[in-house]
Parts: sequence; structure tokens; C-alpha cells
Amino acid sequence: MKLTKFIDRALLVLTWLFAGLTIAVLAYIIFHIVINGVPHLRLSLFEIRHTSANVSMLPSIVSTLFMVILTLIFAVPLGIFTSIFLVEYMKKGSRFVNVVRSAAELLSGIPSIVYGLFGLLFFVEFLGLGLSLLSGSLTLSIMILPLVIRTTEEALKSVPDGYREGSFALGAGKLRTIFVIILPSAIPGIFAGVILAVGRIIGESAALIFTAGTFAQIPDNILQSVRTLAVHMWVLSGEGHHINEAYATAVALLAVIFLINALSTLAAKKIFSIA
Amino acid sequence: MRNVKDRLRAWDFKEILAVWVFRICACGSIAAIALICLFLFLGGGPAIIEIGLTNFLFGRSWAPLNIPAEFGVLPMIAGSVYITVGAVIIGVPIGIFTAVFLAFMCPKKLHKLLKPIINLLAGIPSVVYGFFGMRAIVPVIRNISLALTDGGSGASILSASVLLGIMILPTIIAISESSIRAISKEYYEGALALGASHVRSVFFVVVPAAKSGILASVVLGIGRAVGETMAVVMVAGNQAMIPIFPEGIFRGGRSLTANIVLEMAYATDLHRDALIATAIVLFCFIFLINIIFTFLVRKDKN
Amino acid sequence: MLKCKFDVKGLDLYYSDFQALKKVDLEMSENEIMAFIGPSGCGKSTFLRTLNRMNDIVEGCRIEGKILLDGKDIYAKNVDVNQLRKRVGMVFQKPNPFPQSVYDNIAYGPITHGIRKKTDLDEIVEKALKDAAIWEEVKDRLRKSALGLSGGQQQRLCIARALAVEPEILLMDEPTSALDPVSTGTIEDLMVELREKYTIIIVTHNMQQATRISDKTAFFLMGEVIEYGKTIDIFSNPKHKRTENYITGRFG
Repeated sequence: MKLTKFIDRALLVLTWLFAGLTIAVLAYIIFHIVINGVPHLRLSLFEIRHTSANVSMLPSIVSTLFMVILTLIFAVPLGIFTSIFLVEYMKKGSRFVNVVRSAAELLSGIPSIVYGLFGLLFFVEFLGLGLSLLSGSLTLSIMILPLVIRTTEEALKSVPDGYREGSFALGAGKLRTIFVIILPSAIPGIFAGVILAVGRIIGESAALIFTAGTFAQIPDNILQSVRTLAVHMWVLSGEGHHINEAYATAVALLAVIFLINALSTLAAKKIFSIA
Repeated sequence: MRNVKDRLRAWDFKEILAVWVFRICACGSIAAIALICLFLFLGGGPAIIEIGLTNFLFGRSWAPLNIPAEFGVLPMIAGSVYITVGAVIIGVPIGIFTAVFLAFMCPKKLHKLLKPIINLLAGIPSVVYGFFGMRAIVPVIRNISLALTDGGSGASILSASVLLGIMILPTIIAISESSIRAISKEYYEGALALGASHVRSVFFVVVPAAKSGILASVVLGIGRAVGETMAVVMVAGNQAMIPIFPEGIFRGGRSLTANIVLEMAYATDLHRDALIATAIVLFCFIFLINIIFTFLVRKDKN
Repeated sequence: MLKCKFDVKGLDLYYSDFQALKKVDLEMSENEIMAFIGPSGCGKSTFLRTLNRMNDIVEGCRIEGKILLDGKDIYAKNVDVNQLRKRVGMVFQKPNPFPQSVYDNIAYGPITHGIRKKTDLDEIVEKALKDAAIWEEVKDRLRKSALGLSGGQQQRLCIARALAVEPEILLMDEPTSALDPVSTGTIEDLMVELREKYTIIIVTHNMQQATRISDKTAFFLMGEVIEYGKTIDIFSNPKHKRTENYITGRFG
């Protein structure tokens, strides 16, 4: 009797302890970065041109923005169209749906360094796009594709069938029903997925080093090598004498991720308020 | 009348065209997988044949610049396995207990606060984790290592395991929590009705019932850990040696992912192809993990 | 003699292996309200949905027999389903306004069928809303979301939406089953008015409703039409024992 009581007590303590530990670790990571980084957020870190003296992160911020936009341009329509085909045109549990879904699942498990290597072999060398914004964004768009597909599929499935029936019953075709009635209702869900994807693009480094390179200036065109913020941070942390600047860059990255999380929570809330 | 007919035909054409556009897009992910496999195997396959499959997989020495060069990936396989096992030992208990906490013991208000925080943990870029590990974990491990063994720089398998243990937490917590919550309340209430305490009902009835979902979260966490690159490179030391247990965990090790990222920039010829072959090994690991995961999820659904 | 709109001949319908309709023969005439009654699962809704081919969407649904609309088979190969659905409008059991403004809900159908001019659309919207007896309630909030309306208003909005494409026939699938008695009364009055211009076919499991509004009634049971004819005859003098049992409340 005493033993079982002891086990109960121990499990309870462990639960609180480990949950507390999780929170403490996260709090410490953020605290550590902020405390060491914020004092070094100098104005010179935000100069238009990067030099080895100022190690400005502004060109990298701009490059990251370009990378995000270009990647989304490739991946979002592809992902949405894929989901439309799977949800609106194919029968549930059809063979094709299962094959596409398994492919997407496998894609989502592939490590980013393998994407980087593939991007190097295919986009950079085979297609001759070179180390560039374009190669990097094409590589990343394959990487985020499964995420876009999955969230869009969920969003489309959550649109009530009554909308589809209502539209068909008025004599509207499938295409009009999808683009005028279904997609607008699914937008908050799709948006939440896109935000998550943006987070992944911003945080990615392994897939970009060998596809977009590390050139630290604002690009003039999409065939130029760029260095996104995460890659910038990787380069800085490898150089022993730029530790403070690396901390400052980490603060910038954390701030962006924080913002993105807040946005996706907001989008998720909107989905629930509709349903 | 003719007008109406023409309009209809044009309309049908639009519908048919759209179906084809959607269908081709849907084949995109299949094409992507096919291309990735094709280029990896075309790039790395010849190297495996040239080096010899056994020499490649079980060779204990990776020395691409030696004459003759040696390309054995066993040290990297061992490195990945060691680091991942360590991460699982550290991350899994913490993650599962935290998931139980979130599902059963956490006041609602606290849950509302914690959930976004854990999502944030999932969103932090790996370079930031790596940098944190380099600055905050490695020095601590160095001190421990100096106290327990006769040296060590701190950049070690243990550091990588601790860091990855933290990094896989969000994955494990999120999936475990949702599979615990999916277990019907009746299990819990039934156990309570039989006189079991709250804690007992949770740990001996609900958690075992959710075991395949929890296992799936662990498998997914393993996938994350095996595939992680930048964070590992920044804290693991990266020596291509097979670690010897136990003091080996205080020494440097190199994962499969690290091998690629460290040498790809300057590798040429067979060396380069051997790195691509390393990615094939990595891909096979991930494929295996994916199969196990799918199997577990399917079991969970049944 | 009223003109025959729908002429159904020997209709069989299968969902995969399950036969949901068995040899249905029915005629439905212009400017009449026809009611389908019967216990749930008897096939009356399924039958209604064959009349505008909404069953086309359902997986594994297969049809044998003929449905003639003004003498032409609606399941013939060259039939444009969208044009058919424009002629045969439908109102569903659960009000299903689109998550758009009141105006956009009504204008959706006309725009679908090629009307683009703003003034034309304004006119159609106003007329449809007036015909559905909801204009007074929504005229000041045309630009606001239709989801903010009450259940009864939403259903009348859906009727207006169906009327806006100027159908010849209106199919109504238990249109008042999700509504309160007051809204039900409003919609029943509306249907009687609409009979002047349209052919109305309604599925209901409320027998009082059938007697109140319909001219003809068909009684469905297990996928078959057991009996059909003038509503007065069916309810006062049923020919079949099973019809009598049902309308007197012995089962169902």
C-alpha cells in the first residue's frame, strides 16, 4: 500500500519537474540570446552594404525576404492545386491520393541537408542555375511543399459540403465553385500553413548553403548568390571574432519567429471562429 | 442559340484544362521524390560501387585526403546513432511527462500560456539552437568532462545529444499530447471508478492506451534528430572516429549530416561522390523511420 | 389539364450494391406543389436529388430508367448538367448560405450564368429577395454577411438565391425541418405563393405540412412509390394499407 502511494507521489513529482524543466530550458534559451544579443544590436548592423568590418545583417534580411517571396510563388500555387485535386476531384482513399500523400509524407521527412545536396546537383549544376536566389528558392519550395499540401487539404476538408451542394445546385461548374466559394472559405487555414512555411524558410540554413551560397549583399537579380539571415548567422558563428554580432543576429531571428508564431496563432483562432 | 452553345463549349474546355493543371500539379510531389532519388543514386551509386559496399558501409576510417584515400562511413553512422540515442534518452522522458502534464495536470489558463511557448520552441531555427549549444552547453560539458575524464573540449557527442534532446521536445510533446487527449475519457473515468488515484489512472491506464501514438512521436523525434545538421555541426566536434563508450561521449563525433556539410564545399571527384553516397545512407535511414512511423500511425488509427 | 413537367419512368438507383430506388414511376405537373412523404431512409430525398442530378457527385451512384423533363431525358449524354440545374433549382434541408454578403449570395447564380451588368444584378437581387419575402428584413444589410441572419431568414435567403437564376422548377428537401414553427409558417405561405410561377416539389416528413400546402402527394416506402395522387385523396382515402398505417401514425 505504501509502495503504490510512493510511486504515485514520485510520478506526480516527475511530471511537474519535467514540465517545469521544459519551460525553464526554453526560458533560458531566450534569456541567454536576448541578454547577450540586445546590447549588440548596433546601428552599423543595419547598413545597406555588408563589409567585413560592419558585418551588416540588413542585406541578409532583404535577401531572406526575397527568398520567402520567391519560394512561396513556386510552392503555394503548386501545393494548393495539388490539394484541390486530391480533395475536390479524387475519390476518398483512391490509389492516386494515397501515392501522392505518401510521397508528400516522405518529402516532409527528408533532412534539409539532403535537399541542399539535391538542389546543388539538380538546380545549381544540372539546370545550370548556379548558386543563386533562384536555386535556393526552388530547393526550398520542394521542402515546404508537403506542409502547404497538408494544411490546404485540411482547410478544404473543413469547408462544409453544403457550400459545394449549394453552388452546384445553382448550376455553377466545378471550377467556379472551387475558386469563388470553397477557396475563400479555406483561406484562413491555408494562411496558417503558409505562415508555418514562412517560418521554415526563414529558419533554414543547411539547404541553402550549397544552393543559394553565402554572398552577403542585396541581390540585383534572381540568379545572384544570396545569404539569408539564418545562413548569415551560421557564417558569423563560425568566425570566432563575431560572436557578439552572431548574438545580435540571433535576436533578430528570434523576433521574426516570434512574430510568425503570433500570426499563425491568430490565423488559427480565426479558423475556429468560423467553424 | 449558337452563342449559348459556343459559350458552353468554351466553358467545358476551361474545366477540362483546369483538371489537367491540377492533376499535373498533384504529380509534383511524386516527381520531386523521383528526382531526388534519381540524382542521389546517380551521383552516389558509382562511388559505392567503386569503393565497395562493405568497405563503404563498414569501413572504420574516413580519410579522403590520404593516399590512398579511405571512405568508410561507419564512424559517421556510429556518430549519428550515438547522438540520436542520447537525444532520445534525454528528450523522450521529458517530452512524454510534459505531454502528460499538459493533457491532465495543467490548469487551463496555464495551458493557454504554455502551448504557444512550445510552438515557439518548435520554430526556433537550428542555427540559433546550434549557437546556443556552442555558447551555453559546450562549456558546461567541458567542465564535466574535465572533472570526469582527462580532457575534452566540450564539443562532443554528449553536447549534441543534450541539444538535440531539447530540439526534439516540441515534436514529442505535441504528438504525444494529442494522442493522449484522443484516448476516450471513459478509460480515465473507468479507472477512477475502480478506485485508482488520479495519477494512477493517468499513468497506468491512459498512457498505455496511447502508446502507439506516443511511440510515433518518438519515431518522428528520431527522424528529426538523425536529419539535423547545423546544430550538430556546431556542437559535436566532428571528428570522424568511432566513439568508445562510455568516455567517448565526452569526445567529438561526426554525424552523417555533418559529414556532408563539412566537406561538400571543397570535395572533388570520388570524394564528392562519396559524400553524395553518405546522403544515400541518410536517405535510407529516413525512409526506414518513415515506414515505421506510418505503420505506427495506422495502428493508432485502428 | 396541367402541363406535365417531369415524367419519370421505371427509375432504379443504386449506391454501389445497395438499391435505393426501385422502379419509380411518377409524373409532376406545372404550377403544382408535389409532396413526397415517407419514413426516413425511404428514398424520397434520394429521388429528389436525381431530378437535378445532384446524385452525380455521390460516389458509386448509378441510375437506370428515364427522367424526362419537358419530354427530354435529363440523363442523356449531351445534356449540360449546369443548364439543367439552372432550370431545376434546389433548396436544402439545412440552410446553406455562402459565407458572403447577402447581395453576393443572390448574385452568385446570375453571375454564374453570364449576367455581369451591375444594374441588371441589382434588379435581380431585389426581385429575388422580394419574391422570397425577405426583402424588407435584409434591404438595409445587403452588404453584410449572410451568416448573421437567423435560421428562418437564411432559409428564405436560400430560396431567393435559387429563384435568382429563374428556374422553372424548385426542389425543396425538407426545407423547414431545421426551423421553428413561425419561420416554418412563413416559408409555407411563401411556397403557396410561388406555386403561381413555379413547379414545386417538396420532401417533407411532416404530414400536416403536406396536407396544408401540396396539391399532390407521393408516399415512398423502402425505395418504392407505394401510392400517389391528389393530396386530399391520399390523406382522406388511402388505397393501400401501408399508406394508411403511415399517415395515421402507426409507424415511421
